[in-house]
Amino acid sequence: MFGYYFNLALRSLRRNIILTVLMIAAIGIGIGASMTMLTVFRAASGDPIPQKSAQLFVPQIDNFGPQSGMPAQYADLLTPDLTYIDAIGFLRSQAATRQAAMYPTLLAITPTDPAHSPMQVDARATSGDFFPMFDVPFKFGGPWTRTEDDGHASVVVLTRKLNNLLFGGSNSVGQQLTVGGKPYRIIGVLDEWHPAPRFYDVGAQTFSGEDQLFLPFTRAIDEQMSTSSSFNCSGATGPGWEGMLHSNCIWIRFWVELSTARDVASYNTFLHNYAAEQQQTGRFHWPPHVALRNVTQWLSYNHVVPAAVDTLTSVSFALLLVCVVNAIGLMLAKFMAGTGAVSVRRALGATREAVFAQFMVEAGVVGLVGGLVGVGLTKLGLVSCRAVLDEDLSVLTRFHGSDVLIALAVALVATLLAGLYPTWRAMQVQPASQLKAQ
Amino acid sequence: MLKMTGLSKVYRTEVVETYALRELTLEVQEGEFVAVMGPSGSGKTTFLTIAGLLEELSAGEYWLDGVDTRGLTDRQRSRLRNEKIGFVFQSFNLISDLTVHENIDVPLRYRGLPASERRRRIDAVLERVGLTSRARHYASEMSGGQQQRVAIARALVGEPRLLLADEPTGNLDTQMARGVMELLEDIHLRGATIVMVTHDPALAARAQRQVYISDGQIMALGMPPHLVDGGHASQLATQPSEPV
Repeated sequence: MFGYYFNLALRSLRRNIILTVLMIAAIGIGIGASMTMLTVFRAASGDPIPQKSAQLFVPQIDNFGPQSGMPAQYADLLTPDLTYIDAIGFLRSQAATRQAAMYPTLLAITPTDPAHSPMQVDARATSGDFFPMFDVPFKFGGPWTRTEDDGHASVVVLTRKLNNLLFGGSNSVGQQLTVGGKPYRIIGVLDEWHPAPRFYDVGAQTFSGEDQLFLPFTRAIDEQMSTSSSFNCSGATGPGWEGMLHSNCIWIRFWVELSTARDVASYNTFLHNYAAEQQQTGRFHWPPHVALRNVTQWLSYNHVVPAAVDTLTSVSFALLLVCVVNAIGLMLAKFMAGTGAVSVRRALGATREAVFAQFMVEAGVVGLVGGLVGVGLTKLGLVSCRAVLDEDLSVLTRFHGSDVLIALAVALVATLLAGLYPTWRAMQVQPASQLKAQ
Repeated sequence: MLKMTGLSKVYRTEVVETYALRELTLEVQEGEFVAVMGPSGSGKTTFLTIAGLLEELSAGEYWLDGVDTRGLTDRQRSRLRNEKIGFVFQSFNLISDLTVHENIDVPLRYRGLPASERRRRIDAVLERVGLTSRARHYASEMSGGQQQRVAIARALVGEPRLLLADEPTGNLDTQMARGVMELLEDIHLRGATIVMVTHDPALAARAQRQVYISDGQIMALGMPPHLVDGGHASQLATQPSEPV
C-alpha cells in the first residue's frame, strides 16, 4: 500500500500547489537554519578520538598558587600547561602507561632538493608516545622510540602534506632533512590525520591548526627551540635558556594514557603526592591543587565550543520549532480540506489506520522535499557562516555527506511529528458525514 | 440479509436528546429490492448510515448477513463495509483527483487484492456499466449520469451482498435517472440485495417493496405482514404519497 499512498500523496500535493509550497518552505527554512548551526555545533563539539577519549588525560597542577592575582571566581581554575621542571618530573616518574610532553614551535627547514626553497613550518616537539597514544596513522615508517627519546635522537616525522610537498608523496623514510640548520633523519610519514577539534593543543588554532613536522622533545630542548604558543610566568626567570627551563613559567602541555579506572586513581594519587612533595620542598607554598581531565572533560573545561555557536544552535532549533508549528497549521488546513475524500474512503472500507498511513505518507513526502530544500539552504547558510566566523572556526562549516542524511532525517521526523495532529483530525472524520451532508 | 430489531439512534448534546430512529424493526431478505421513503428529517439517511455501518446504533440489534454488528471494532466494521456493502450516493462522491479506473479501484485496494485481480474486476464492471472507454477520464470530464454509473461500478466491483443507494437519481435529469434506475434493476435481477432511499414515488414503485419512515419509525407500504412493526401499517393509508 505504500506505493499507493505515495502516489496519492503526490496527487494531493499537486492539487493545492500554494499550500504545498508553503509547507515545504516552512520545513525547508527550519531545516536550513537548524542544520546550518547543527553542522557547526557538531564539528565543534564532536569527540575527536572517540575510541580513546576516556583513556587520555591531561594532568594539571597549580604552579601559581592562590596568590596568583586571579579574580576570585577563577581562583579554582588551573593553568593548562606545566613548567619544564614539572614536565620532566612527570616524564621521569613513568606513572602512566604512555605519556607525552609537548609544545609547538616554528622551525626553518631546508629541503635537500634544491628546487625547493627553505621554508618555515609549524612543528611539534613531543615524546615518541604521542603517536601510539593518539592512534596517529602512518603512511611510511613509524614513530621514534623511548630509546630515541632518551638518546635525544635527531629524527623527524613528517605529515603527509609536507612529505607531498618535499618528496612528491614518495617514501622519504631514511632521507635527510635540514631542520634549523642541522641534519635530521626522516623516520616516519603520517597518513591523513586531522582530529577536530585538535584536542591535544586547544588554543589559538583549535580547529584549523596543523602541525607539519614532529621531532623528539628532548632534541628540541637541546636545540633550544622556543615555544610558538603561550608562555606564562610567575616570578622572575633566570638568564638564558637554562634560566627559562628552571623558571616557574608554564609552556608545556602534558598528556597521559591511563587504560583502567585503577590506573586513573593511581595517577591521581601520584599527582597529589607530587604536589605535596613540591610543597614540602618549599617550591609551592600552598596545599596540593591538581586535576586530571579526560578528552571530553578537557574540551569542555577549555570551552572549545564557542558560546556564540551554542546560543545560535539553540536559536536555530527554536526557529525550526516555529516552522514546524506553521507546518502543522498548513497541514491541518490541507488535510481538513480533504475530509470529503476521507469520508468516502472510510465508507468504502478504509480503516482509521489506513487513513493514518495515507496522511503520514503525505506528511513524509512534504518532509523529504522540505529536507532537500533545507539541505540547499544549509549549504547557503554555511557559506554565509564562513564569511562571518573567525578563520579558525570556518573549518567547522564543512558540509559532509552524513550531514545530508541527518538533514533529511531531521526533516522527516519533524514533519511526521507535525503531521500527527492533522492526521489524527483526519482519522476522526466520520464516514457518514458525506451522506449526512447531502 | 439485513435484520434490525428495536433499533434506536439518539443524538445527544448537553441540553437535548434527539431520536433519529426509534425502536425501528425491519428485515430485508436476500435478493430483495426495497425502497425507503419518508419526509425530510424522518430518519431515512440515518437508517441508511446505520445499515451501512457508517454510524453506530444507540440501542437495539442489527444483524448484517448473519453478523451481529454490535460492539464491532472500527477495523471489523470497515472490513464488513468493504466486503459486504456497496454504496451509491446522491452526489456520486467520486474522488476528484482520481480517474474512473482509480475511483473504482479504491474499495479493492483496501481489500488487498493483487493488481491483476483488481484490473480484471474493474474491466468487467466498467463493461457492465458501459464505460469501458472512459476508464482514464476524470469525474469532471463526465456527465452526471456517467458519474453515477461510475459510482455504481465502484459499489459493485467488490461484489457486495448488499447495495445501499441514497437518492441515486436525485441529481440527475429524467433521462439519466431512467438509465441509472434500469442499471439498478439489472443489478437486482442478477441477485443483488438493494436498499434504496428515494423521494420519488415513481422510482420507489419500481422496487419490490416500499418502506415508509416517519419520525424515526417504520411504516410500511406493500410490506409482508410478518415484517411490519405491528400497529403502524394502518397509519400509512393517511400518509401523503409524495412525502418530501
